[in-house]
Amino acid sequence: MPEPLLQVKDLTVTFPSTSGDVRAVRGVDYRVDEGEFLGIVGESGSGKSVSSLAVMGLLPTSARIEGDLRFRGQSLLGMTDRELSALRGDQISMIFQDPLSALTPVYTVGQQIEEALHLHHKGLRADSAHKRAVELLELVGIPGAERRLKAFPHEFSGGMRQRAMIAIAMANDPSLIIADEPTTALDVTIQAQVLEVLQTAKEVTGAAVVLITHDLGVVAGNVDRVAVMYAGKLVETSGVDEIFAAPHMPYTMGLLRSVPNMLTAGEQRLVPLEGRPPNLAKPLVGCPFAERCPAAVDRCRAEEPELEARFGDGRAVACHRAEEIAAGTLRPEDVFPRPEPEQREVAVREDAGPIVAAEGLVRHFPLYRGAVFRRVVGTVKAVDGVDFEVQPGQTLGLVGESGSGKSTTSLELMELVPPQSGSLVVAGKDVSTLDKKSRLALRKDVQIVFQDPMAAVDPRLPVGEIICEPLTVHKVPRQERDRRIGEMLELVGLEPEMADRYPHEFSGGQRQRIGIARALITEPKVLVLDEPVSALDVSVQAGVINLLEDLRDRLGLSYLFVAHDLAIVREIADTIAVMYLGRIVEYGPVAEVYEKARHPYTRALMSAVPVPDPVTERSRRRILLTGDQPSPTEDIPGCNFASRCPLLPLLDEERRGRCHGEDPTPVRHGASRVACHHVDSIDRLDTVDAAPQPSVTP
Amino acid sequence: MTTYILRRFVNYAILTAFATVFVYIAASLFFYPRKRYLGRNPPIPESTQDAILSGYGINDKDPVLLRAWWWFERIITEPFPEKLGQDLTGNWVIQEMGTRAGVSLRLLVLGSLIAAVLGVVLGVWGAVRQYKASDQIVSYASFVLISTPTFVGGVVLMILATELNNLLGFQAIRFTGSYTPGFTGWEKWWDYGVHLLLPTIALALFGAAGYSRYQRSIMLDVLGSDYIRTARAKGATRSRALVKHGVRVALIPMSTYFAYNFGTLVSGSAFLEIVFSWRGMGQYGIQAVQQSDVNALAGTVCFTAILLLISSTLSEVLYAALDPRVRV
Repeated sequence: MPEPLLQVKDLTVTFPSTSGDVRAVRGVDYRVDEGEFLGIVGESGSGKSVSSLAVMGLLPTSARIEGDLRFRGQSLLGMTDRELSALRGDQISMIFQDPLSALTPVYTVGQQIEEALHLHHKGLRADSAHKRAVELLELVGIPGAERRLKAFPHEFSGGMRQRAMIAIAMANDPSLIIADEPTTALDVTIQAQVLEVLQTAKEVTGAAVVLITHDLGVVAGNVDRVAVMYAGKLVETSGVDEIFAAPHMPYTMGLLRSVPNMLTAGEQRLVPLEGRPPNLAKPLVGCPFAERCPAAVDRCRAEEPELEARFGDGRAVACHRAEEIAAGTLRPEDVFPRPEPEQREVAVREDAGPIVAAEGLVRHFPLYRGAVFRRVVGTVKAVDGVDFEVQPGQTLGLVGESGSGKSTTSLELMELVPPQSGSLVVAGKDVSTLDKKSRLALRKDVQIVFQDPMAAVDPRLPVGEIICEPLTVHKVPRQERDRRIGEMLELVGLEPEMADRYPHEFSGGQRQRIGIARALITEPKVLVLDEPVSALDVSVQAGVINLLEDLRDRLGLSYLFVAHDLAIVREIADTIAVMYLGRIVEYGPVAEVYEKARHPYTRALMSAVPVPDPVTERSRRRILLTGDQPSPTEDIPGCNFASRCPLLPLLDEERRGRCHGEDPTPVRHGASRVACHHVDSIDRLDTVDAAPQPSVTP
Repeated sequence: MTTYILRRFVNYAILTAFATVFVYIAASLFFYPRKRYLGRNPPIPESTQDAILSGYGINDKDPVLLRAWWWFERIITEPFPEKLGQDLTGNWVIQEMGTRAGVSLRLLVLGSLIAAVLGVVLGVWGAVRQYKASDQIVSYASFVLISTPTFVGGVVLMILATELNNLLGFQAIRFTGSYTPGFTGWEKWWDYGVHLLLPTIALALFGAAGYSRYQRSIMLDVLGSDYIRTARAKGATRSRALVKHGVRVALIPMSTYFAYNFGTLVSGSAFLEIVFSWRGMGQYGIQAVQQSDVNALAGTVCFTAILLLISSTLSEVLYAALDPRVRV
């Protein structure tokens, strides 16, 4: 075997803390060969970022790092900061998760790219550095590079900043690029673009790439080899095809089975992987996954399995029962059986009519200028005339990129104030006719569950108080409240005795259940779910989604489900509304829209979603959207999607003219409504090879 | 950007005018300058008292608002040195301010510049070496200084200087007043410098103590930022990343603090001026309060307000220069 590019041997990282040392990484071995694409997958807190920061030498000085890290045979651990700095950015470079904070706000993008060059080429002249910076920015697909170099980070969108980060990372032709959750903070369409750029960077520099992520879909389409990490250790490494086809470790099985797949979602229930990773500040006995593993035997609880290559096929597994799994006597569906679908009986009268009906709903925010004399200088058209209905006992999924107006739409429903224009009818009552008292009464019927379960609850209140707070607003007597708390906790799958505990004692998934209990305690008819699972780890998402489905069917609830994850929407929703720049561009039954999307934006959105299946991922035709969503303050004549439309270039001059000149109104096609002039030509997207092209922002 | 700063300047100017008039009214309401002339032996006849007080425009028999109007009117109509009227010793307030402002500013500008630089350096140093011995020492020293009254610090410095002079056997450090009369040429400038030494040290130390705490906490926030990590991932050494990316960003909130602090220093350094017997603006203000001298006090406040006006505008300019996000 040739010498590996990066060899990590028995790496341990310990963070001293007053409540006991946290062993974030507990003996990790892996290697990265030249030009390889390795994916490291794991839940938050599994130690995947910490282990790569250790390679970079960027952990806080308080961290204790032991083991052997070798880059091209050189030991990294004994190096001084100066020696490591010579390597960092030159041989090894890194891309971080949050592009909003990863660039220094006070220097231009150009200065920051050029700094990376100057740091490793002492005598480099300013004009050649500048030339190279232009080249790099063009390479990562930022048009008008010359001009864009002078821009400050805050003038870039998230996607563009991440491109700039990639440009910095590839500036000195490194041999290893570590990308730490590079697309987690981005929209799915932008994620597809950035992953494409990362592939370009890999091809141009010939570097090996280590992609750290929690998203199995992202891994499936890009990497050669996968390493799965759990509780500070690798539990399975293997080629990407092998691991997706036949996982040998129950944790990997659970992860794979809990991920909703956009192509198949909705037909069967998700498989939840319950529980939470062990506390790494406490000593571990046995396999760290044993507590969550349905296949755990006595040996698993007594002795921790080592990561061993047992089958001679390059696969290494840390599981006592790996042999049984390999032999096929212990199959994934035995370990994590799919829950039986609950009989969905929509106990709703057909003639009841919609529980929420919005027509031509508008929400514009004026933009002000001036401190003393405030004047309106523009309008943010957050919601610009949308029609939708939520049927009793059903779910309307509202999807779109960030800034498309989906949250504003849901808040409009929560506010229950007369809309600026259009009408909103909730539970048979027109909100513009409500007085103060009836508005308060109606609030009981409309409740919300927020995205971040940690931020949405007061950390200083016991969960019982949190859950029954809505009842105090509606003046329900104390005894009645106490009784309801227990009921609610049971309803969402928690123990009634937990009412006295505080939020920090719960895991993310449990906290979201608390949020759901709080929303349900007023016995609402409609629940607004604002990205309810996007802040949760994949493994716990499934449990929450299943709970939401059960509650809907048992209590006859209706959901307005706001999300950017199209797979989850397919799983839970009955009707889908796709939003773009404050408008609904496509609206229809989930089955129909996912089967045959008629709007080019819907097509692009769906094609951008990574599918957790390497074979499909590689053969799938992608429609890449170019550039970013325009600002909602712009006045766009004609169709506001025209600037990014993948269909537009495929049309003839005359039909294109219509897109630029005439604003499309939603028109009925089948059971859907689509706002596009050229629905009949949509299938051209399938026949023409829509090759990935760098973005064009005018 | 220029129009923005100009507009802010005009706003501040209006504010300055209001503040000064308001102080004039407040002082007129609560001061009782007539008491200077009461209980004298032989008694001063009331008509004479009235004549003197009316001469200054501060006769309590006239309505307060009328007096304020006269005062304001004088600013607009009278020739330059008489604009702010006379103080109770009969000097034109503006003339008095002219000589005293020079004295004060000499001390303030130098002292606060040193304080700022020292404060930033100590603050950054402390943040980078958080909880290490050096950081602890700087922290304790700062808190001791912050909790020491200025005049105590001044007196301690004077005692130390006297000890040194005794030890050397001649007046190495002269610290009474702002200069020794009788010198000419370069000796005069040397003398100015020697007199500046102690009060500047006092001002710089007390200022630096405060600044360093503030700078340290900002720097601690910045230290954990992602962009510092990015800079190091690019290949910048820890110290380079900290200075070039960290300090540069941590200076932004400090600029506002510096500028405003400078504006309020005049009143803050009044005790220092008294301890070192400097005839500066701070001392003038205290004296004005002690003697119920309405015009002198209004003059001092006007001076402080103008300093504040200049420093606020300066802080806007500095902020815009340091932070591209606020440039429009």
